[in-house]
Amino acid sequence: MSAVPTAASPAGAQPTNHGRRVFVAWIVLSVIATPLVAIFLGPILPPGNGSEQAHGQVIDNTVLTATITPVICLLVVFFAYTLTQFRAAPGAALADGPPLRNHAGIQVWWVVLTTATVLFLAGFGTFELLQNGSGGGQGPSPVAVPSGVRQNQMLQVQVIGQQWNWTYRYPSYGGVETQQLFLPEHTWVALNVTSLDVIHSFWAYKLGVKADANPGVDNIAYLQTRGPLSFDIRCAELCGLWHGYMYQTGHVVSQSQFASWIKQQQQLDKPVARYLPKYQRFYYPDPQRRAG
Amino acid sequence: MSAIAVAVRPPVVRRLLGFNLLTGVLLGIGGWYVGWFGAHAVVGPSLAYFAAIDFNELSLVLAYLGGVTGFLIGLGFLNYPVKRLLGYPPSLREKETEGWGRYFSLCTDHKVVGIQYLWGIGLFFFIGGLNAMLIRFELLRPDHQAFPAGTYLTLVGVHGSMMMGMMTSGILGPFANYLVPIMIGARRMAFPRIEAFTFWLLMAAGAILQTTIFWGGFPTGWTGYEPLNVEGYQGMDCYILFFALVGISMTLLGLNMIVTIVTMRAPGLTWTRLPIFVWGVLSTAILMALAAPVLVATLSMALLDRVVQTNFFIPSQGGSSYLYENLFWVFGHPEVYILALPGFAIVLELLPVFARKPLWGYRLAVAGLLGVSLLSWFVWQHHIFVSGINGDLRPFYMLSTELISIPTGFTFICGMMTLWRGNIRYTTPMLFCLAWFFNFLLGGLSGVFLSDVPSDVTTHGSFFSMAHFHYTIMGGLVFTFFAAIYYWVPKMTGVQLSERLGKIHFWWMFLAFNSTFMPLFAIGFLGQPRRVVTYPKSLQFLNDWVSVSAFVLGLSLLYFLVTFVYQLVFVKKPAEANPWGSRSIEFRLPSPVPVHNFDRIPVFSSDPYGYGEGPAPSPIPVGAPAGRD
Repeated sequence: MSAVPTAASPAGAQPTNHGRRVFVAWIVLSVIATPLVAIFLGPILPPGNGSEQAHGQVIDNTVLTATITPVICLLVVFFAYTLTQFRAAPGAALADGPPLRNHAGIQVWWVVLTTATVLFLAGFGTFELLQNGSGGGQGPSPVAVPSGVRQNQMLQVQVIGQQWNWTYRYPSYGGVETQQLFLPEHTWVALNVTSLDVIHSFWAYKLGVKADANPGVDNIAYLQTRGPLSFDIRCAELCGLWHGYMYQTGHVVSQSQFASWIKQQQQLDKPVARYLPKYQRFYYPDPQRRAG
Repeated sequence: MSAIAVAVRPPVVRRLLGFNLLTGVLLGIGGWYVGWFGAHAVVGPSLAYFAAIDFNELSLVLAYLGGVTGFLIGLGFLNYPVKRLLGYPPSLREKETEGWGRYFSLCTDHKVVGIQYLWGIGLFFFIGGLNAMLIRFELLRPDHQAFPAGTYLTLVGVHGSMMMGMMTSGILGPFANYLVPIMIGARRMAFPRIEAFTFWLLMAAGAILQTTIFWGGFPTGWTGYEPLNVEGYQGMDCYILFFALVGISMTLLGLNMIVTIVTMRAPGLTWTRLPIFVWGVLSTAILMALAAPVLVATLSMALLDRVVQTNFFIPSQGGSSYLYENLFWVFGHPEVYILALPGFAIVLELLPVFARKPLWGYRLAVAGLLGVSLLSWFVWQHHIFVSGINGDLRPFYMLSTELISIPTGFTFICGMMTLWRGNIRYTTPMLFCLAWFFNFLLGGLSGVFLSDVPSDVTTHGSFFSMAHFHYTIMGGLVFTFFAAIYYWVPKMTGVQLSERLGKIHFWWMFLAFNSTFMPLFAIGFLGQPRRVVTYPKSLQFLNDWVSVSAFVLGLSLLYFLVTFVYQLVFVKKPAEANPWGSRSIEFRLPSPVPVHNFDRIPVFSSDPYGYGEGPAPSPIPVGAPAGRD
């Protein structure tokens, strides 16, 4: 910010170049702090490495944190210097400071640096987003589709929110409905999130997935699982009385475990299968109770 | 418009029975029952239907509208139009110049309205704060039910609505109403009766929100998302009516400010001489006047969905819940800048006084304020990044949201360079302004994570976003609100506030505030969603830390209230005309400011920031008034 020296020299005395001091301190601090933040803070940032998408978000969060580190350094150095160096002596009579009203150079540099930072962040975020949607819900016709994998090669899983529980349907296994979410490891999954009543939000923190469950909408989020793990599922959109209790545990398991699990679920599901509605992208249940 | 003295003061009983707050409350209760039974009479044939479904929304809504109407009539808002319609001269009651009664009735003096706002808003801020204490009490334990789940959600909703609704006018209500006419050299606002109307309407709205507990509360939080909204009990109607009335109040307040600032500036007060506070008020008022009508329209549609079975927002009946989300945030995002911008303006207004330097980069600061208010219209979908709406527009909203940090940065650089090489005095108002930099820096930088879609996938709807907006709104608005109180209340009341007590308040509140909200970033990063009554046991330590800090924060505000009232009522140390050595015009007037502000209309020849540029001539002409100015 203070690339241009700002100190106007008082007559005769050797001027203290406050601007240069702050500038140098800022550069030194930033050069030290930014790599430290990226190397040591980055890896422990959320949401961890439970899936490719979660890993991508960790990288994204690391870049964001590293980018804002110099900004924080500038403010810290500036205020530490200004508030100590330019304070009025306690009890002294009111004395005005120098009437500096403007400095075109500082304004230009400030605008250029903030604009460059902002454009970099927006560009980087867009690049990350367009890879595969970063685990976010993208609506019924996603724009950020993962490259190198065809839609029909992905495991389709429908996530159905209702007050106050989640159920799941696997259309490639005959639309079987399950009470728990199991996913095979190292697999591309397309989560089709919808709701039967109000807006919910499907949040699997460790997988880096969040997608709102809207009634009448098929909200798609892509996910590439990594190794086996158990993960918490919570509702992240206020959905009424028991919103706070709308959580489950899901599991990423090996391919063989998944195959036997889904077979078991199909067996369990068989007696009630004919009562289930045909698999659809979304469902309109009977009209809800309404105020009047 | 010279002072109109009321020669003979009527006896107390007559005054109590006249048009005032007491009459307003009585007529309000009466109006409530008129609406209630009137609606029952109208819909009598369908009462069986209402009984069958357990809800009678229509009677409740009409009852509240009748109550508000009665309240306003009792306060005397119909006196002027009715008297003029019937050919009588208007009553001068609303132009009274002295007495406590003015504060409890319709008064068109902008200074009285400002002080009414200060206490009125303060009352509801206090109630909202108590709700927050109860929320944090519930969260002391991961699964402990201090309150039933429905009560907890109502607490969350009332806290959010109270803060987002009432505090919207937190700076413009008390301080802009009081100071803008003085700062621009006028003797009143452009529409004084509308000015009073906005205040009393806001009070009625706040009272309506409180009564939601008698009707089952509401489960939606302050956002009122559909279709949960239409499922809610009758308490939901209280939320809708509250926010719609707040919207009307905000619209009128904004319009009044715009017209006043544009048309009533004194001679010589060009746009580049306007105090930066007035610029901040203007940019906020533009947002208010344009955004609040969207809210009123949205909530009217929601009310129709509930009361007369329309289907604007109900997906299973052909409506769209996305429509509600969109409309709500078209209002909702300008709304958060309505809360933040006055804070920017107060910081920039006060820094020159306490750094003894001119405001650095005046035009850049104005560009920052106007730039934020312009850009804030183009960012609303960042609230619904993962909702599945319009996936291909996410890069645009990511860019527009991040662009808003550029004009926000203008405010930062102007404030920072104003401090640079100044003679900084650490008075209480200055400490609150400096805290703004700290709080808003953290609030703004955490906003970068929320604006970035990949990062937002995790942080959206979590405690992280909750911490973010508390840093920007409580750290941005409430801290500057207190800066304004310590800076201007001596001028408004004529009572000097103690620096020592004020500094204790500052450090107590600043440390407790950060101790409360900084861990919330971590809690959000670790995966706790907002508005839940349960959380994993592993997060209990952090949650307990936050709760205890929140109680300490609450105590700091209680400490402020006690010391504030104690000093105003008992100590009453008279304030100097200019305790801060400010060059601003309000500090050239006596404390408190006389009823008609100026004997003669001032003539401006410079902005109020000429510190270090030699003595400035007062814009207030000396000598006796030469007739009507």
